[in-house]
Amino acid sequence: MANTHTVSFTLNGKGVTVDVPARELLIHTLRERLAHTGPHIGCETSHCGACTVDLDGTSVKSCTVLTVQCEGGDMLTVEGLEQGGVLHALQQAFHEEHGLQCGYCTPGMLTRAYRLLKENPNADEQEIRRGLAGNLCRCTGYQNIVKAVQSAARKLAAAPAA
Amino acid sequence: MIPASFDYHAPRSVADAVKLLVDLGGDAKLLAGGHSLLPMMKLRFAQPAHLIDLGRIADLRGIAQSGDEIRIGAMTTEAELLRSSLLAEKVPLLVEGAGWIADPQVRARGTIGGDISHGDPGNDQPALMLALDASFVLHGPKGDRVVKADGYFIGPYATQLEPDEILTQIRIPVPPPGSGWSYQKLKRKTGDFATAATAVMLQMKGGRVAKASIALTNVGPTALKASAAEASLVGKAIDDASVGEATRLAMGICEPTSDQRGDVAYKTAMCGEMTRRALQAAAARAKG
Repeated sequence: MANTHTVSFTLNGKGVTVDVPARELLIHTLRERLAHTGPHIGCETSHCGACTVDLDGTSVKSCTVLTVQCEGGDMLTVEGLEQGGVLHALQQAFHEEHGLQCGYCTPGMLTRAYRLLKENPNADEQEIRRGLAGNLCRCTGYQNIVKAVQSAARKLAAAPAA
Repeated sequence: MIPASFDYHAPRSVADAVKLLVDLGGDAKLLAGGHSLLPMMKLRFAQPAHLIDLGRIADLRGIAQSGDEIRIGAMTTEAELLRSSLLAEKVPLLVEGAGWIADPQVRARGTIGGDISHGDPGNDQPALMLALDASFVLHGPKGDRVVKADGYFIGPYATQLEPDEILTQIRIPVPPPGSGWSYQKLKRKTGDFATAATAVMLQMKGGRVAKASIALTNVGPTALKASAAEASLVGKAIDDASVGEATRLAMGICEPTSDQRGDVAYKTAMCGEMTRRALQAAAARAKG
């Protein structure tokens, strides 16, 4: 078919290749073709941020990216945060600080917070709140999410290789 | 929600993109950051047969100074504007304005050129461009033409961009040193369009206004240049009387549509308040 495309990109460090129709959104490719169901479908209108993934060093909402736009890209989803059975500092901090209740927004929060701390390792509370403004949580009231990101930032600063 | 089917094209040069536009005719749409077009396609407000993705054309990105102008590639993202030290030094209004657009993820994809060319009166870049007296480079089969931001916006989703043209570059005259600036935006929540917003550039001399630029977001069919308000300030100090008069004149050109953000009277009043705040903030930053 003329509008089917072969697209290759790196997903959590591994090369993947998919054949997709041009209209396929990245969130569907990740969840339905590549069995990466960490990124969630929330609003489907680029508001809620539950589908956030990291693409070429930026946080993007995968409900508003076409898979064909990702050719050659480098992608990280929440599945790629844990390394060798050890939770990422952000995941550990969300656990310790009770940064989630129902958990639906958490994969998007984690991947967004991951990029935020790469961009600004010393982010203060206001910068964290502003940096997470594209991710909605209907449970926590955000307080413990912000505390978790602050806690992870301190740990990452103490052990920058993590 | 998934868009209707289309054929996808990813040209590597502006020339190839224009050739595709010409060859494919009216059924083709340009894809910039996709954060206005893809949502519209999901809702079937747009159903192009072809999408021409400008994301692979390296020439369309970047921010540089050329003489007394700042030149910005149309595919430069709003996030790149926010991070630009050149813009922070030379055109801080653009940095302040970009920070009010949508949210971090949307700014990472959304582009200045897409924001301008979409022609949505709720978008923020059109008023910023009017306040900065920007010009746009439009490239078509016959080459480049340069048009002023003032006059580019014709109506909702309508601009001077012809169907076979691509907006390639934004040119902004570097404001004189000491200029004051402000973008004041009222929105209900992160990611919402403005209920009302006002962009101001201000040049002062001897404590009086030498030149004022005032442009309004989302209170009419396009971004609006508040020319009468600008003229009313020239030669005056910025005080309650002069700001009040300019605000009254700016409100006088508002024609907002009533919607869930408020009725006509409320939006007009909020435009007045944003204009008042923007003038005062710009005056506080201006030197001279």
